[in-house]
Amino acid sequence: MRTYHQLTDPDRSGLADQIGAQRRRVAEQLAGVKRIVAVMSGKGGVGKSYVTAHLARALARGGGAVGVLDADLNGPTIPGLLQAAPTPRPPAVGLDGVKCVSMGQFLDEGAPLAFTGPPAESFVWRGAMEASALRELLGDVAWGALDFLLLDLPPGMQRYLELCDILGNPPAVLTVTIPTPESRDAVRRAMRAALERGSELLGIVENMVGGELKGSAADELAREFEVPVIARMPWHPSLEEWSALASRFPQAAVPRPQAPGPRP
Amino acid sequence: MKFLCVECDQQMAFAERHIPGDGTLAATFKCPKCGRVVAMLTNPMETQLVSSLGVEIGGRTVPAEPFEMVNATVVTGGPSWSTDAQERLARVPNFVRGMVKKIYADYAKERGITEITPAIMDTARAELGLEGM
Repeated sequence: MRTYHQLTDPDRSGLADQIGAQRRRVAEQLAGVKRIVAVMSGKGGVGKSYVTAHLARALARGGGAVGVLDADLNGPTIPGLLQAAPTPRPPAVGLDGVKCVSMGQFLDEGAPLAFTGPPAESFVWRGAMEASALRELLGDVAWGALDFLLLDLPPGMQRYLELCDILGNPPAVLTVTIPTPESRDAVRRAMRAALERGSELLGIVENMVGGELKGSAADELAREFEVPVIARMPWHPSLEEWSALASRFPQAAVPRPQAPGPRP
Repeated sequence: MKFLCVECDQQMAFAERHIPGDGTLAATFKCPKCGRVVAMLTNPMETQLVSSLGVEIGGRTVPAEPFEMVNATVVTGGPSWSTDAQERLARVPNFVRGMVKKIYADYAKERGITEITPAIMDTARAELGLEGM
């Protein structure tokens, strides 16, 4: 009996072609984006979204065209941080002209992200639904010409891995940590995973510096991964400090997203 | 997923898709040599898994609309939907499902209705002149 790969007749469903078309749509929408950077940590509560939003605003004030994709589907905060009102045709435009799209713009105030579907064993399909939602946030938005598209990732690695698949190329990564050893250990795992997947590590932002949080996470991680500490942000950064972060933000182009061909 | 007619050693071709409205899916495949037809039946969880990939068994008849999956499946926080109402909504074509869903949800919210049932949908259709939705 012949096996799967030995059956090569075209089929009307063309599922592989449909997936390929989805990937091409993402690549087309991102064609005008010069640099795509994932802001990630692996650790929750370190201020990724706060850093992402303010870095985006500082880059925009410096003359760049900037977009932010809020990839934290279950805890979206970017629209609030950028004061971007929902629009029927995303992206919305927030403070300093930063474009953004977020699941928060599709949900009622305070409503959790939920999908229609069979409630039993929903864990089987929920992850796939979230990955599809992320693909639509990337590929169904007319981003236009951007100098930077920042991807604000939730804690953990799941969303990063989904992004790698959807983009076809692993995005460059900016890491955010707080000074503590606990944060260092969680962030180390995330950086290692990103490196193994092929992402370029741009550097580290150490957040919430100068208060009660003790440690030297950023320096230790910088030595270990041979990347720069781009900035140390205090609890209440000034506009000048955000601008300084933006000026030190790596300007080098990152690999373009590739539209993979249909998979068998 | 492919189907092989073992007797003829022929790859079977997709023939027809049927969505009964109970969350399941039926797709038939036909052997181009002997004409034998088999049906693939998926349960609601399997159907949802295929649907979550944003693909359609049998191929797309219309191009994907922007935010098609999000608009069609994300619960926006409005009134809840009974299982029967969800199944009925699932029969609405993908490209207008989000809009139809919002119309019913807005109708329910304006009237303080906490759960949308097929009866509520019928009433809304009549009141709002939405025959066919």
